[in-house]
Amino acid sequence: MDVRAMHIANGIVNGPVSAIFAVFAVAALAYCVRRGRADLDERLAPMAGLVAAFIFAVQMLNFQVLPGVSGHLLGGTLAVILVGPWVGALCVSTVLIVQCLLFADGGLTALGLNITNMALLGTAAGYLLVVGLLKVFKNLGATALIASVVSVVVASQGFVLEYALGGTTSLSLSTIAGTMAGVHVLIGIGEGLIAATTVATVARVRPDLVYALRRFRTPAPVEVAA
Amino acid sequence: MKKKWFWFAGLFVALVLAGVVSNFASSSPDGLDAAARQGCTFNADDEITGGTCMAQQEKDHQLGGSPLADYGIKGIDNPYVSTGLAGVAGVLITFAIGGGLFWVARRRTHV
Repeated sequence: MDVRAMHIANGIVNGPVSAIFAVFAVAALAYCVRRGRADLDERLAPMAGLVAAFIFAVQMLNFQVLPGVSGHLLGGTLAVILVGPWVGALCVSTVLIVQCLLFADGGLTALGLNITNMALLGTAAGYLLVVGLLKVFKNLGATALIASVVSVVVASQGFVLEYALGGTTSLSLSTIAGTMAGVHVLIGIGEGLIAATTVATVARVRPDLVYALRRFRTPAPVEVAA
Repeated sequence: MKKKWFWFAGLFVALVLAGVVSNFASSSPDGLDAAARQGCTFNADDEITGGTCMAQQEKDHQLGGSPLADYGIKGIDNPYVSTGLAGVAGVLITFAIGGGLFWVARRRTHV
């Protein structure tokens, strides 16, 4: 069975704009390494490897969202909840780099674009939402669901921005933005269900491995909610 | 639940998802690909027959000849085996590279 290519291919966004985003991605990832090292202890490091492997696996599972249109998890929100924002962005990037270099998925020229959208924008949006929502709800699953939807839509609009700057075809930007946003709301709901199930499961069996439970909750002496 | 089991269980779930469940994934274009194809018409072989769309500008992948390209293993004809083994390879490679780099980069408590 054919698994389709899932990320931005070469040629859709021109070379100069792709190069600018590649430089941006490298700089941002270097910053993530610096910040992430503070989080990476002997418990988080293997968890981060597992999260990357899990995201790789789940990205292969395209689910139908409309007739003739599918989608797959991007993983930013899931990674933020389990390993934190900095290491989370590095996890998603690891997956994208492996997919690009070994599986010919996502153009090599487009790697910076794909990392910017899915690993950086998607994770950043997921992080802001998770931190905010966990102050309101106690429920990790509901937080994962809502944050995933927003994170996936934000990542999809990252592509729209890149296309606006360096698109190689002259198509209506508002049509592309609308199509991308609409489809990615649906994909985000699918991602959210997967992310919610995953984090709820990990929180039940090994709550000590869930970064969000250790770090994002207000440090008041509250009981652990399910 | 013994603490060590979590790691084996987690990796096992990832391997089953990538190795088995991946064969039941939808093969429709994903959201981005669908947007890229919007505006063009396609024939039965999925070749562009007219219109204007982003997909027309797509260029081949520089590493399209890689042995694992397109989530299959070159030389294995059975599509289920090919996709499944490529998925298993991907999970193990990602775990090894990711886990290895994160382990090397970790903060040492006593240094």
